[in-house]
Amino acid sequence: MSLYLPCDSLARAVGADEVALALAGQDLQRTSSRGLYWLEPLLEVDTPKGRIGFGPLTAADVPSVLDALKGEPSAHPLALGLVEELPYLKSQQRLLFARAGITRPLSLDDYRAHGGFEGLNRAVTIGGDETATEVFDSGLRGRGGAAFPAGIKWRTVRVTQAVQKYIVCNADEGDSGTFADRMLMEGDPFLLIEGMAIAGITVGASYGYIYVRSEYPQAVATLRAALDIARANGYLGANVGGSGLAFDMEVRVGAGAYICGEETALLDSLEGKRGVVRAKPPIPALKGLFGLPTLVHNVLTLASVPLILAKGAQFYRDYGMGRSLGTMPFQLAGNIRHGGLVERAFGLTLRELVEDYGGGTASGRPLKAAQVGGPLGAWVPPADFDTPLDYEAFAGIGAMLGHGGVVVADDSLDMAHMARFALQFCAEESCGKCTPCRIGSTRGVEVIDRMLAAPDQSGRDEQAIILKDLCDTMQYGSLCALGGMAPFPVVSALKHFPADFGLQSSEADQ
Amino acid sequence: MPDEMLLHLPMVNSLLERHKGSAGALLPILHEIQEGIGYIPDVAIPEIAHALNQSQAEIRGVISFYHDFRTAPPARHILRLCRAESCKSRGAEQLAAQLRERLQLDDHGSSADGNISLRPVYCLGACACSPALELDGQVHARLSAERLDALLDACREDA
Ligand SMILES: Cc1cc2nc3c(=O)[nH]c(=O)nc-3n(C[C@H](O)[C@H](O)[C@H](O)COP(=O)(O)O)c2cc1C
Ligand code: SF4
Ligand code: FES
Repeated sequence: MSLYLPCDSLARAVGADEVALALAGQDLQRTSSRGLYWLEPLLEVDTPKGRIGFGPLTAADVPSVLDALKGEPSAHPLALGLVEELPYLKSQQRLLFARAGITRPLSLDDYRAHGGFEGLNRAVTIGGDETATEVFDSGLRGRGGAAFPAGIKWRTVRVTQAVQKYIVCNADEGDSGTFADRMLMEGDPFLLIEGMAIAGITVGASYGYIYVRSEYPQAVATLRAALDIARANGYLGANVGGSGLAFDMEVRVGAGAYICGEETALLDSLEGKRGVVRAKPPIPALKGLFGLPTLVHNVLTLASVPLILAKGAQFYRDYGMGRSLGTMPFQLAGNIRHGGLVERAFGLTLRELVEDYGGGTASGRPLKAAQVGGPLGAWVPPADFDTPLDYEAFAGIGAMLGHGGVVVADDSLDMAHMARFALQFCAEESCGKCTPCRIGSTRGVEVIDRMLAAPDQSGRDEQAIILKDLCDTMQYGSLCALGGMAPFPVVSALKHFPADFGLQSSEADQ
Repeated sequence: MPDEMLLHLPMVNSLLERHKGSAGALLPILHEIQEGIGYIPDVAIPEIAHALNQSQAEIRGVISFYHDFRTAPPARHILRLCRAESCKSRGAEQLAAQLRERLQLDDHGSSADGNISLRPVYCLGACACSPALELDGQVHARLSAERLDALLDACREDA
């Protein structure tokens, strides 16, 4: 009887290793996580009908689970039945995370048995022109936040002549509320490697870097081990997948600077410098790492490529809505009952995500708002929850999807505190290149402090006007989106929750 | 210069030799020194500058830019409580107050006996099970006041 338990770092952070220890002597395999984190540690067991699950487990539950397995498993209080029949999972459209919870991260056999390297094989067969066209036709847009069409970047790098070109994978995933990159790197590292190899041979780049934030040591170790395995099996090196083309890569580790997620700051960091944002143009596709053409993509963007190649652009485009095509691994976090990863085609509503999947707040208290798209994203009030998760629809309500993270808050969270934090975070993480961000963020914290300390309404109104003005300056005067979008959580908090600031109405600051 | 610092030089130099010729190697070099020694000692800086053909000021500028790099030995235990949005929405601020109270330290403080250092961190990728912290490199999620106390007790016991 085979047992499966995730080795994902978050499953371990809630006790998976202790459960594994209690299972010593059993036929236990450590797999990736399904991303149903509220059920972690989630133990799965092979049965003739499929894998059944038990969770969330503690080591103390193990003896009773083993007993139940000898008799009637469903009688155990933590029995979940067939894992793939759980509505949370069954209703998802898992393309990118198709292997999540099923395969062992570093098993090349598992990867190949579940569709691994089909994309690379097809790319090698059809050649660079057609591969670039497939990516273009798929409608894939960058998953790092800006949602720029990937195919355009690929074409630009492909046609640019240079002695050396690079692929850079942005794995800095600094946004609170996001963990899909981490899950993918820890759980399915060969998928990212395959995506980068396809990118390399297609655009003519022979070397790549994965820049992983230092807060993710397990992702770093898993990727490094996977690179060695891939290299030993001919998926990297002088003749990638039999293409006759060379591509290799290495993992680099960040050092705790949020701004290094911004692509040009990341490139400076890779060059061994302080992570200071560069003015664009030139764009990295033309002058990137060491001044050479560089294709910079988020983990999820690159990891989408093998599937697009294996199944074809049309297959991918059939998911999604409008110009947001394919699937997006949304990440449910914060004060949410069922926190985890929900991969669905674009177009479901925020309400479906938070209420149907998330099951409402973990505290059971009334929902107050959700911050979508990381620390630079707006706080969306429940009145706007029927907005479809689509890049354009979110832009339409003054918000953004970003990297797909959703942080849910109940009515006890003080939005004035959160607004202050957004500016304080911006001040701490600013690269210092431009004044609205460097100085404005610090001034903003002071203004909020004065507002909260003001003895009367008119004093608070006065500060609110200054704050809005300052946010305007930051939004329009900053070089990059750190300073440019840090006002979003501030202005949205002020607009939807004026009472938290001691203001009578949102009109007070007009 | 204290002798113990000079003791680190062979290690620093062999590591510099290894990275010679690798492009943009400063961050990997700094990480390796910190991993090996626990911090980046002052004696290492002229050596790094020389090996990379950069000024000492440039090297110091990089070290101070990144939150991860330390220039003094760390405490026995490093506790990084996540203070980002997801964890805040699940009570991270109350846990921070509990830490300050129990350890009599501010958010960036180190205890006088060198036993524990507090640092804030902004997201550990554990947000589906907030709140979270990292203690000596190990992430603990779904924290409660009781679990935090138990973790602190364990740190004190091996002090
Ligand atoms: C302040 C800031 C932080 C960012 N952080 C990240 C990040 O952690 N990961 C990421 O992939 N993109 C991040 N981005 C977006 C990148 O600049 C860039 O758009 C992205 O890496 C391009 O890849 P894509 O086309 O696959 O989205 C950030 C941007 C800004 C302005
Ligand atoms: S907005 Fe802030 S982080 Fe961005 S370039 Fe300006 S100072 Fe640097
Ligand atoms: S916000 Fe705390 S782990 Fe992500």
